[in-house]
Amino acid sequence: MSSSQPPSALAISGLKKTYRDGFTALKGIDLNVEAGDFFALLGPNGAGKSTTIGVICSLVGKTAGSVSVFGHDIDHDFAAAKRCIGVVPQEFNFNQFEKVLNIVVTQGGYYGLPRKEALVRAEKYLRLLDLWDKRDVVSRTLSGGMKRRLMIARALVHEPKLLILDEPTAGVDIELRRSMWDFLQQVNASGTTIILTTHYLEEAESLCRNIAIIDEGDIIANTSMKDLLGKLSQEVLVLDIVESLPPDFALEGFHCHWIDAHCIEVLIDREQHVNSLFAALESQQLQVKSLRNKANRLEEMFVSLLKNPSKQSGIDYPHHGSAEVSA
Amino acid sequence: MQTLVPPAITIALYFLIFGQLIGSRIGEMGGFDYMQFVAPGLIMMAVIQNSYANVVSSFFGTKFQRNIEELLVAPVLEATILIGYIVGGMARGLGVGVIVTVLALFFTDLSVNNWFITISMVLLTSMVFSLAGFINAIFAESFDDISIIPTFVLTPMIYLGGVFYSINLLPSFWANLSLANPILYMVNGFRYGILGVSDINIWQAYGMLAVFVILGFSVSLYLMAKAEKLRT
Repeated sequence: MSSSQPPSALAISGLKKTYRDGFTALKGIDLNVEAGDFFALLGPNGAGKSTTIGVICSLVGKTAGSVSVFGHDIDHDFAAAKRCIGVVPQEFNFNQFEKVLNIVVTQGGYYGLPRKEALVRAEKYLRLLDLWDKRDVVSRTLSGGMKRRLMIARALVHEPKLLILDEPTAGVDIELRRSMWDFLQQVNASGTTIILTTHYLEEAESLCRNIAIIDEGDIIANTSMKDLLGKLSQEVLVLDIVESLPPDFALEGFHCHWIDAHCIEVLIDREQHVNSLFAALESQQLQVKSLRNKANRLEEMFVSLLKNPSKQSGIDYPHHGSAEVSA
Repeated sequence: MQTLVPPAITIALYFLIFGQLIGSRIGEMGGFDYMQFVAPGLIMMAVIQNSYANVVSSFFGTKFQRNIEELLVAPVLEATILIGYIVGGMARGLGVGVIVTVLALFFTDLSVNNWFITISMVLLTSMVFSLAGFINAIFAESFDDISIIPTFVLTPMIYLGGVFYSINLLPSFWANLSLANPILYMVNGFRYGILGVSDINIWQAYGMLAVFVILGFSVSLYLMAKAEKLRT
């Protein structure tokens, strides 16, 4: 990297972590996240995602390697590095007996904000996250979704350049999840780099431009979302057909799976075009009523990359794919 | 309110029972009537118990709820976090100490023999037990772990630390054994500040407190540096 280039939002080099019990959570990972990115860090349970985040945030001591945030090494320039980071952890970690406003304002104080300024920012983010009406409520009485939003407001109060979200929408209903996506996209658009870990692969695919997949302490993929998904060799389309189809229905050149009289699944190779599928259907005077992907594309790629796909049990699948046709 | 009033009531009962009812039959001790003799010990007992209790409960609560992570991810020095908790523990210990002193004045006359020794003894003792509470909280993994030390270690040491009697009354073996109890030095140092009498050399008390303060800060900072110890 030349000196004229702006520093990466996050630069991890040779990061290793071995816990006291001998378990090696990270085996020397390298990771680079550019400033302004919306980056996904995915992996099955126990892959090393939370350990990586823990090291970045100084909650977990590393065994070897280096981590720098916007050019600030977390060992040698820890105060500057920490000022750049806002973190939304996986588990609720605020004082359950404290009022919402106090939690956010106090966090601002930890980052050196004068109380007056912290109050202004707390109001700004609590309003943006629709929590201002709850500012005087004791935090333990909030709903799960509100608690998640409170942690986001708290992480943003010092206006970090890098926001790290560890499964921010876990247990949040779909409507609220979508509104949180919108909010996070706005935060990213305003210049904040975001690193997201999630079990909702649809979430990562919708929000993130670049992605790293971590498995058993190693980075097994680190590329753009577009490139990663482009490597999918096959995908399964589900077609609703207007006309009735017999159980032995076949389509020349395609592998079809009959679901019911008006629904089939079709396996499409990367070399094949959807147009040719439509042409084949039209040759049999069949009209397509609707079309959708059977499984989330990222989910298929994710499973195909894992060393031990049985560990994917912690992943939430919005659309379940059948084993016989999955990539 | 809930942290200042209950210990004040407890100590008031000590004054009433040990000082007023039983103490009136004991007579003089160390050249003072028993109520005067026991008052500095009871003040110190309240300071020790409350300094310890404040830090061990507040820091363990912070650790238990994981909101200690709010501080650990922020650009706050570990020494700053430690000092914050220690000052909080001292504030509560000294607050209760002041209340108990005012209560003591309802039962007996107290005049201060040496203000510097009195104040420095209570400040250093409060600091030592705040640090001890902090270390206990770091190691604690359950609520049981924060009550074991106060119940099975601290209370016996306080009761056998010259709060209620002079070790000169003990047979030589037990008197010598009592010298191994650091609380004896703190209680007697404080008593010397108020009454001008002590079972031990006052400089030994200062030396012991200095060692405990330095050791307490060093161990606490070392344990904090190992951040994983703070995660439940």
